[in-house]
Amino acid sequence: MESFVTRFKNVLVLVAILLAQTIGLAVQVRRPAEPGAPDGSSVTLIRYWAVSTVTPFERFFHGLGYNLRHGWSNYVDLRHTRQQNRDLQEEVARLRLEQAALSEDAIQGHRLQGLLDFQQHYVATTVAAQVIGTSGSDLSRVIYIDKGAKDGLKTDQAVITPDGIIGKLRDVFPRTAQVLLINDQTSGAGVVLATTRLRAILRGSITGQVVINNLTPDSRIKAGEQVLTSGGDQIYPRGLPVGTIESIKQDPEHQPYTLIELKPAANLSQLEEVLVITGTQSTLPLAAQHDLAVGAATKEAQDAAVKQLAEQQAAEAAAKSAAQIVADRLPSLHDGDQPAGDASTPAAPGATPGGVVPKPLPTVHPDRYSSGSTPSAADLKPGAPERNTPAAAPTPLPSIGRPQTQPDSTSPVKPQPQELL
Amino acid sequence: MDRTLFMATRSYTSRRELEQHTFSPAVTVLVPLAAILLQALLPRPFPRLGILDLPLIVTVFFAVSRRNPVAGTLTGAFIGLLQDALTNTPIGVNGMAKSVVGYIAASIGIQVDVENITTRVFMNFGFFLIHSFLIFLINRRLLGHADFHILWLHELLRAAINTVVAIPVFLLLDRAKRQE
Repeated sequence: MESFVTRFKNVLVLVAILLAQTIGLAVQVRRPAEPGAPDGSSVTLIRYWAVSTVTPFERFFHGLGYNLRHGWSNYVDLRHTRQQNRDLQEEVARLRLEQAALSEDAIQGHRLQGLLDFQQHYVATTVAAQVIGTSGSDLSRVIYIDKGAKDGLKTDQAVITPDGIIGKLRDVFPRTAQVLLINDQTSGAGVVLATTRLRAILRGSITGQVVINNLTPDSRIKAGEQVLTSGGDQIYPRGLPVGTIESIKQDPEHQPYTLIELKPAANLSQLEEVLVITGTQSTLPLAAQHDLAVGAATKEAQDAAVKQLAEQQAAEAAAKSAAQIVADRLPSLHDGDQPAGDASTPAAPGATPGGVVPKPLPTVHPDRYSSGSTPSAADLKPGAPERNTPAAAPTPLPSIGRPQTQPDSTSPVKPQPQELL
Repeated sequence: MDRTLFMATRSYTSRRELEQHTFSPAVTVLVPLAAILLQALLPRPFPRLGILDLPLIVTVFFAVSRRNPVAGTLTGAFIGLLQDALTNTPIGVNGMAKSVVGYIAASIGIQVDVENITTRVFMNFGFFLIHSFLIFLINRRLLGHADFHILWLHELLRAAINTVVAIPVFLLLDRAKRQE
């Protein structure tokens, strides 16, 4: 017996170690109810020991690199700060306008949700954390953050960035926490397609892609459509960006379902700072309410300005219209230099309101009433004998009771349209 | 010259006794820890470096250098379990795979000259493929993950890249050896 053990010592040690680990695996696999669920207490303890061993070094190297990089960018490389500031101010102004445009819909939506007793969850409190490490394996897509249970974190809390969701807390230790990314193969999330409002389940894959594989083919689903969280998983609040549809193809392994690949909204491979959602509430947060009120006020101011402008334009249009009507009714004088043929052609609008008076035909037998036969007043003398020259016929005055000068044939008077303001 | 003289003054019964190396306790503990730490840190700023498996390189190096299957098995188990503890996979997947690799590497180290560069290249390439196969077996058969897949082209690429990285790492760690 002793010789057997001595002879097969190496193999026996290997078998013993493999057996022990197999038993350990069996215990662990039996415990979690679903993929991605936190471990049992004994496994968590082993992970805690390992994480406690590695995390201090990770913190040290992360802090070193962070200070080096941000020391440069915060204090030395400030060349584009002014331009960035201007750009940001412009963006803020643009976003305020967008906010004003959307505020009315938002208020109406809240009112309708209240009427329907619709249960909504808004992000109330978040904890900012920095990513200090990874699992180091491409078969396990988890990251470690520098905040833990002492900062109020708990398992299954959603982790996001301003761009979109990135995952949930899987294991929480006192000073650090493990985040299961949405592209891990054990990960899942309830989502809704933004345009078609189809609900689906988001999953990670072994290649690190984010996919939806529980939808049947639908012609309404197009590449580029935005995907949002549905809130149905009770982890991610409703309406957070998840990503956009990148491709749609048949899933050969799960017929008749389609395999929809998504491009995550957040860059999952270059995460530095994240937000952990530590609390939600059914009413809109105070800051959001304030923003909504500001948006509504801006919208009202915009509406008032638009209304005032419209009234002013309407008044101007009415004034112009009245002036046009008056000018149409007024007779106008013809232009003496204008050729006879032009009399029949309509004048340009606004140049001679009321049109051009037709030029009288030349008289065949001129007399004292004929046009041009009357001498000018300067040539007439009181008591002088009447010359046997045809007198010029008086030109009829315009019918308006305002003084008009009598034009001669060589100096045409153009009627001036009256503007009623 | 010194080594030849040293060998001449002693009698050896096997190749294992001829080239069995030991390491200082600091190296034994710190090098695997450093490998795991680098493996956890590097993919964050350089995501493509997630394809490396520095803990496996260290496991193979210690196993073939000590030429002791028990030591190789225990080293593989320790490194693998520590690596598993940082992931979300059940603890023991990498532990079992690296235990087997450590055992085989130590057994091979007794038989062949593992100081040769060419041998190291083929050895590392082969061990990485064996490791991938063992991970696949453990996930599919032991854990019952029917949808667990391995892209074998990707695994060949991974084995090639890790082999390229392993050669300079081996040369670096050779300096930490202590001749018994």
